[in-house]
Amino acid sequence: MSHSQSSRTALLWHIGVWALFALVIVVLPYIFTSSSSISMMSQMGVFIIFALSYNMLLGQAGMLSFGHAVYFGLGGFFTLHAIRAVNDEVWQFPLELMPLIGGAGGLAFGILFGSISTRRAGVTFAMITLGIGSMVESSANMFTDFFGGESGISGNRVTDVTLFGFSYGPSIQVYYLIGAWTVIAAVAMYLLTKTPLGRISNAVRDNPERAQFVGYNTTIARFIQFSLSGFFAGIAGGLFAIMFEIMTAPNVGLVQSGAVLLMTFIGGVGLFFGPIIGAVLVTYMHTALSGFSEGWILYFGLMFVFMVMYAPGGIAGVIYAHAAPWRAGLFRRLLPGYLLALIPALLAIAGLVAVVEMGYQLSLAYDPSSPIELFYMQINATSVVSWLVALLVLAAGIGGVLGAARVVRARWAEVNRSMQAPGAKT
Amino acid sequence: MLESIVFSVLNGLLYGMLLFMLASGLTLIFGMMGVLNFAHASFYMLGAYCAYTISSYTNFWVALILAPLFVGFLGALTERFGLRNVHKHGHVAELLLTFGLVYVIDELVVLIWGQIPVNYAIPPSLDFTLFTLFGTSFPAYRAFILFVAVAMFVAIYLLLVRTRVGMIIRAALSHPEMVGALGHDVPRIFTLVFAFGTGLAGLAGVMAGNYYITEPGMAFSMGPIVFVVVVFGGLGSLGGALAASLIIGLVTTFAVSLNYSVADLLAAVGLGLDGENIAGGLAHIDLSRIGQMLPYLMMVLILIFRPRGLMGARES
Repeated sequence: MSHSQSSRTALLWHIGVWALFALVIVVLPYIFTSSSSISMMSQMGVFIIFALSYNMLLGQAGMLSFGHAVYFGLGGFFTLHAIRAVNDEVWQFPLELMPLIGGAGGLAFGILFGSISTRRAGVTFAMITLGIGSMVESSANMFTDFFGGESGISGNRVTDVTLFGFSYGPSIQVYYLIGAWTVIAAVAMYLLTKTPLGRISNAVRDNPERAQFVGYNTTIARFIQFSLSGFFAGIAGGLFAIMFEIMTAPNVGLVQSGAVLLMTFIGGVGLFFGPIIGAVLVTYMHTALSGFSEGWILYFGLMFVFMVMYAPGGIAGVIYAHAAPWRAGLFRRLLPGYLLALIPALLAIAGLVAVVEMGYQLSLAYDPSSPIELFYMQINATSVVSWLVALLVLAAGIGGVLGAARVVRARWAEVNRSMQAPGAKT
Repeated sequence: MLESIVFSVLNGLLYGMLLFMLASGLTLIFGMMGVLNFAHASFYMLGAYCAYTISSYTNFWVALILAPLFVGFLGALTERFGLRNVHKHGHVAELLLTFGLVYVIDELVVLIWGQIPVNYAIPPSLDFTLFTLFGTSFPAYRAFILFVAVAMFVAIYLLLVRTRVGMIIRAALSHPEMVGALGHDVPRIFTLVFAFGTGLAGLAGVMAGNYYITEPGMAFSMGPIVFVVVVFGGLGSLGGALAASLIIGLVTTFAVSLNYSVADLLAAVGLGLDGENIAGGLAHIDLSRIGQMLPYLMMVLILIFRPRGLMGARES
């Protein structure tokens, strides 16, 4: 196969994947038609952009930021002020392009704060972003005209000025607006990874000294990457403002910054599509879990700690690790170990959920002795027996997982040997 | 005016020393291990809650000893079974682990002790007025906090500089392989340092929990400001942490108690400003509203003009 031909297949393959991504976004509302799922999928789109923009820092340039919501939130505030100005007939700007206002705001503050923070790397950079995040959040008390004080800023997204003649009143129209922007922003960020800037960012992440030695200015590379990341976060914030029609000070705050870090990392920072998985999963779990459990933050925290310790590549990393055995036709050799681990893992999760839910029942419920409905059973949190059973299930599950982990590791070692053996097809 | 200044100084010192009790553990852990413990304020909260539970069965003095020990033990477990495993992935992975722990610990506190504040009270033996100045009383417990904080600073300093253990710890930081080759168990030293640092946070929690309110939000309200103190003072520097704690404690207390704005100041010297234009609007913001933001602003400024902080030895 000649070089140009192989690069053309690669190009077609890329276009195909992105077309599929767009197609999924178009088709989804026909499958999940309820208004709550439309709203959830719109949020997913917003957080896909936000998480991808965060991964421009953490995954691609190795910059751990604790203040990325600053650019997201400020972008949202700028967008909402712009929409209010259109409604007040101060100026004319189509709603479809409003996220660009947010992007411009995010970019401006990305340049401002990036010029301070990107001079340092690693842990110091992380602390500076935390300080800037706290500073912006607490400055909301001072600039009440901009942040709207306690109640925040609200607006009406239905303006007379649009490009395509939709009113954007119905949530399905907003969904498609967000979907279109998700595709545009995701493709743009993907293409950025292919530019020299994206490559230099990778180099600065992997070996800053060597990148400097070769002649690149690591500070400037970090700075440009940081500013552009602020731009895309601002676009996400703008879409968030259009969707909810309200922005409050916590949207620029540490909790929001922590949330994007959580979803990006859980999805996987090592691969471009990782944050997309994370944004979809975390948004879904947030919506699904927060409805019936007080403990969803605890579950997220435990999941995050578990992943930092055992799967630092996130979900995408786990998937990617199986690509080589799959191609070599060795995946079925890994299966028995996984199946063996599945049952104790489910047991451990069930035991953990039971312990946590009973704990919350005891500490938060109005009447702790009222039974809780869990796994199609009625459980009484005040009885010693149910605690013993739950702890026993948890312990048995953990023991089983530890045992199965040995089998899984042995199988992996075997598969790795087979793949490295001479004559193995890879 | 004089009364307000005297009491602002006293309260500022007190807040500063409480900040220092937290910041000292954080900066020690960072200085020794290079690990930034994001969950430090969560250990502080655990200290307060443990002290509440222990003192409800026994008394405050038992809690003062046991709660920091217990929190230190939890810290040791965290280091041994968490941080040590991710150490090979570098400092960012360690930071991420402690970041995840913030969520876990804060929620576990809600799980165990509930959402509403617990009734962790000042011990009766310290619940009296120490002296009265200008008609305002100064409680004895505040003086006790100051005393414990100063004793803690002296103890840490002597431990690190004057004892053999401190010498080994300092050596393990700069030359871990060499210290290991001399027969010291370096990973165990790190576990002990982490336990010691989190224990100090626990002690701060015991002292501050009944002075403020013991509630699930107390870690979140203290966390970011402690980071500011540590960066401002210089990462890893104990003296810097002390100076930064006092400066930030005094500055924020004064900003809150002095209810003036820049416009008032200008008006006092004969320059009138109206609130219509942007400059006027900014000048009319009360100092008390800037107070919350001041420490963060100070941190950003020091990072621009003196990146290693007040007394930091290294840049990062």
